[in-house]
Amino acid sequence: MDVLLFGIPAVVAIIGAIAMLLSRNAVHSALYLLLNFAAISVLYLLLQAPFLFATQLIVYAGAIIVLFLFVVMLLGAERDEDTPHANPWQNRGAIVGGVLLLVELCLLYVYNPGTIPVAVDMDNAFAAPAEIAKALFTTHLLPFEIASFVLLTALIGVVVLHQRRS
Amino acid sequence: MVSTLMYVALSAILFVIGILGVTLRKSALMVFMSVELMLNAANLTLVAFANQWKSVDAQVMVFFVITVAAAEVAVGLALLVMIFKRKKTTDIDLMNTLRG
Repeated sequence: MDVLLFGIPAVVAIIGAIAMLLSRNAVHSALYLLLNFAAISVLYLLLQAPFLFATQLIVYAGAIIVLFLFVVMLLGAERDEDTPHANPWQNRGAIVGGVLLLVELCLLYVYNPGTIPVAVDMDNAFAAPAEIAKALFTTHLLPFEIASFVLLTALIGVVVLHQRRS
Repeated sequence: MVSTLMYVALSAILFVIGILGVTLRKSALMVFMSVELMLNAANLTLVAFANQWKSVDAQVMVFFVITVAAAEVAVGLALLVMIFKRKKTTDIDLMNTLRG
């Protein structure tokens, strides 16, 4: 049961990511990315992170994907890569590098067979939203304030970038 | 039982797909989406280890990563729209004005 609960979202996430990589149309890519984000949010729920589950759905699946779709449709840049790369070795190098990274991952898995089980125990709510709020507003108060400043800076930056020069 | 290493392996696979997206695709929009995929893979690792050690701090860190990713996407897409207005393309090979 555990394996099934983990396996289905994991397979969906990988399928979404590969489809995003291979899709020629940027709108389709954004929608496959949405599928991937939704699957990862289910995994967050399995990992006892209900707060991050909600945040992932609202911020990533809601705001960021909508922003991507909006910009793709605004620019009309669905198909904008008919010409090959300027550097002819880039594609081959990328595939070789990706395969090397996957081989390294397999070696890690072979030499370090982890048997640390994840306890799926929903009663043990170590990361209930109340606990996260407690950590956020006591231990991590300064980063929280800095995050609000970062968001404000991004907001002002976007407005400044797009103001009309008279 | 699903071990933490399974989650780490999944996030490694997603990270490699993100790297391939950054290097293989030519549209700046697609590169952006692949970067988001890589951020998500890193977040998944953090949440998996937070669950293993029953610590809430890593989840707070993931929250901050999501915040910064939102800000980054807003500014990045605004820059992309400005570049598109000027150059009429999102091809990253043509964005070489700063090249020496």
